[in-house]
Amino acid sequence: MESLFAGCIGFLTACGVFLLLRGRTFPVVVGLTMLAYAVNLFLFSSGRLSTQGAAVLGTSETYADPLPQALVLTAIVIGFAMTAYLVILAIRARADLGNDHVDGKLPQQDGSRKESR
Amino acid sequence: MSHLIIAPILLPIFTALLIMLPPIHYSPVRRRWVSMISTVILLILTVCLLLQTRAEGVHFYALGDWRPPFGIILVADIFSVSMVCLTAILALGAICYGSAGEDEKGSFFHPLFQFQLMGINGAFLTGDLFNLFVFFEVLLIASYGLLVHAGGKNKTKAAVHYVVLNLAGSAVFLFSLGILYGTLGTLNIADMAVQVAQLPAENLMLVKSGGLLLLIVFALKAAILPLQFWLPATYSAASPPVAALFAVMTKIGVYALLRVYTTIFGEQAGPLAGMASAWLWPLGLATIMLGAIGVLASQDFRKLVANLVIISVGTLVTLVSLQSSAATSAVLFYTIHSTLVCGALFLLADVIASQRGKAGDRLVPGRRMAQPVLLGSLFLVAAISVAGLPPLSGFIGKLMILQAAVTPMQQLLLWGVVLLSSLMVLIGLSRAGSVLFWRVSGNDAGPERVLPLQSFALVWLLLAAPLMVAFAGPLTGLSYAAAEQMRDIENNITIILADKVNAGDQP
Repeated sequence: MESLFAGCIGFLTACGVFLLLRGRTFPVVVGLTMLAYAVNLFLFSSGRLSTQGAAVLGTSETYADPLPQALVLTAIVIGFAMTAYLVILAIRARADLGNDHVDGKLPQQDGSRKESR
Repeated sequence: MSHLIIAPILLPIFTALLIMLPPIHYSPVRRRWVSMISTVILLILTVCLLLQTRAEGVHFYALGDWRPPFGIILVADIFSVSMVCLTAILALGAICYGSAGEDEKGSFFHPLFQFQLMGINGAFLTGDLFNLFVFFEVLLIASYGLLVHAGGKNKTKAAVHYVVLNLAGSAVFLFSLGILYGTLGTLNIADMAVQVAQLPAENLMLVKSGGLLLLIVFALKAAILPLQFWLPATYSAASPPVAALFAVMTKIGVYALLRVYTTIFGEQAGPLAGMASAWLWPLGLATIMLGAIGVLASQDFRKLVANLVIISVGTLVTLVSLQSSAATSAVLFYTIHSTLVCGALFLLADVIASQRGKAGDRLVPGRRMAQPVLLGSLFLVAAISVAGLPPLSGFIGKLMILQAAVTPMQQLLLWGVVLLSSLMVLIGLSRAGSVLFWRVSGNDAGPERVLPLQSFALVWLLLAAPLMVAFAGPLTGLSYAAAEQMRDIENNITIILADKVNAGDQP
């Protein structure tokens, strides 16, 4: 279970970082979302992976660490709000700057402008 | 248990909510007054808290009375409370400036500003690493909103970069928190210090990687060399009162670095002691140089001030890496000085730009200013202070920095870099000042004048420069006390974890 879990987190992180480095805002948003998923799973695993462990006392033989679950919950809420803001900001940037590039200008457009100068 | 510690967090959040209620929200005048009066009350409360902390020493507030290390705690020591005080002083200046008209260029200026104050105060006061993350996010989301205040292409572009970078930074922060919690089993800063000291050898590398991931996060917030590229664009695009408040945001990164690498990975941490110093020392020095080059290369005044912020961050980070009481006290003194003066410079840049018409704050010959004497003298005070010339506060700050270096190698590098950067700042500011004030075309000045609230804000912030010299004795005494208290980790742990130790004694 550990290696599968670790592999999933690694894959999600790799995808997230790859998308984060793209030039347009939409892949960047998706990349950040994937990174947030990876990080949430990772935080969850910091309380060690165990099956059939209850978080509430007196209900089970084995107990899971409740704190990472609280941390993940907080991280999910914050990550969700931030992503929502980023989506709105990306739409605003598309309207203000006239394109959806992170740098606010298309690469080829930049080249031609340099030549005209 | 005194409830005063939580007041700097509760007051801004309730003020923000109050401002959004209809009777106040629909009246610009009421919004302004509520916001300003609340900030004055905040300032009074933080000064009370500072006096209390000086009298009682380190004390903490357990939220919901859940005792540490399990509950979230707020810790008041002289250093953190001084930073909260500094924030309140800066915020009062920024809000007064904003209330002169800047706040009406977009919506929700005052509530967002108060939320950001809440985040900043919380980040300074918290004694829990995950809570630090939460307060970082609170201040960041408020700053995202404030950054696009008043709108415009530049702001949107800067905001996209800023938001994406900080979201990536938050992800790294969470990764490192996961690693540290998984290995140490706690996120309470004092308890982490205890756990690190008795760390089993097989977890050593994991904790080290977690700790160094934190370094990346705080370096991003503080804008240290490889991660500082966002700062000039963001700070120069932000509207002036927001940029002035942002002057304290980089200092939060520095404060977090200091807190984490003094308390958790400090002298008692065994093999991990001082692991960040090897990184922070060269990066800090390089950041100072880069900022100084940026000052010389800047094409407009706001970018120049943003580069001054980078220099101050580099200086502070270099001091953090020295890990001594003298260096820590210099951090506090220099932070207070540089934050207030840089904040004032951002405001001044806007006043100058508005009086120069089309030329704005670009360093090109422009229209004659309407009030050259007033603005020129304010500029002179700020420039002398920020360049570190006697007789103003920057000089004492620089002196404390230079005295913090003890070994010959440190002296050679730190003195060389700091003094050279001061020279470059002096050249850059002289050039900027002579272009802005003397190379004017035509005789007709525009109709813009400095409004009373604006000049109050400028004078309020710039008063720090002479006052910090006049009261240099008590202030250096305060910063030495703060440094000694912060570095007395044993004592802090005993105070915060008293219950845990007692519980451990009972069978």
